[in-house]
Amino acid sequence: MKFNNFMILEFPSKSSNEAFARSAVACFAAQMDPTLEELGDIRTAVSEAVTNCIVHAYPNELGIITVRCRILKDNILDIVVKDKGVGIADIEQAKRPMFTTGGSDRSGMGFTIMESFMTSFELSSEPGKGTTVHMRRRLQRRK
Amino acid sequence: MQFTSFLENGHLTVALTGEIDHHCAKNYIQSIAGKIEAYTPDVCILDFQDVTFVDSSGIAVVINALRSMSQIEGKLVLTGICAQPMRVFRASGIDKLVEIKEAVR
Repeated sequence: MKFNNFMILEFPSKSSNEAFARSAVACFAAQMDPTLEELGDIRTAVSEAVTNCIVHAYPNELGIITVRCRILKDNILDIVVKDKGVGIADIEQAKRPMFTTGGSDRSGMGFTIMESFMTSFELSSEPGKGTTVHMRRRLQRRK
Repeated sequence: MQFTSFLENGHLTVALTGEIDHHCAKNYIQSIAGKIEAYTPDVCILDFQDVTFVDSSGIAVVINALRSMSQIEGKLVLTGICAQPMRVFRASGIDKLVEIKEAVR
């Protein structure tokens, strides 16, 4: 796959890193001249993916979260958020709106938001091995 | 997490600020529930004017406030919502569950 630029972040699953991760990805995406709305969508999707790692992948311990971004041709931002946590046994159930195994402070809308804010979205997971979220957003070229 | 609140004629206004994500959502949920329990207002207004970002954790904040207000048969109103939070609320369908007053900007 040809890419124009890339970056990789690695950080522990502390909730204070949610803001760091979405801001870092937004800063990286800034070189693609996104609109405010596009930038907002990207920040939201990254925040959801990283929060999932913190809440679900590593429920009782700190683990490593990796975020990789690439700029592909046709102004596509490619984002992979990966953990080596507990994994998801039933992916379809996890993706269902309002479904959550978290407490009442979770809404169960994370995957719904990632799916609706990104151009493409893929979720793969193996129980005991970890979870990978792969999403892409095609940015409008401004005239 | 930072917020101010005031009570006037049975209307409790809670003004939220900054970015609402999982990191601060629990504190917001508990603080808002505490205010509603203490003041039992007829209407609770969540003012999002100074909120620059929400993710799905913000939805949980609204749903929990809605639950607290339903328990005392009161009403929840959201106001001052900027573009990014509005997109999240629309995507989740929460705009159909709660009254949203015209954004100030």
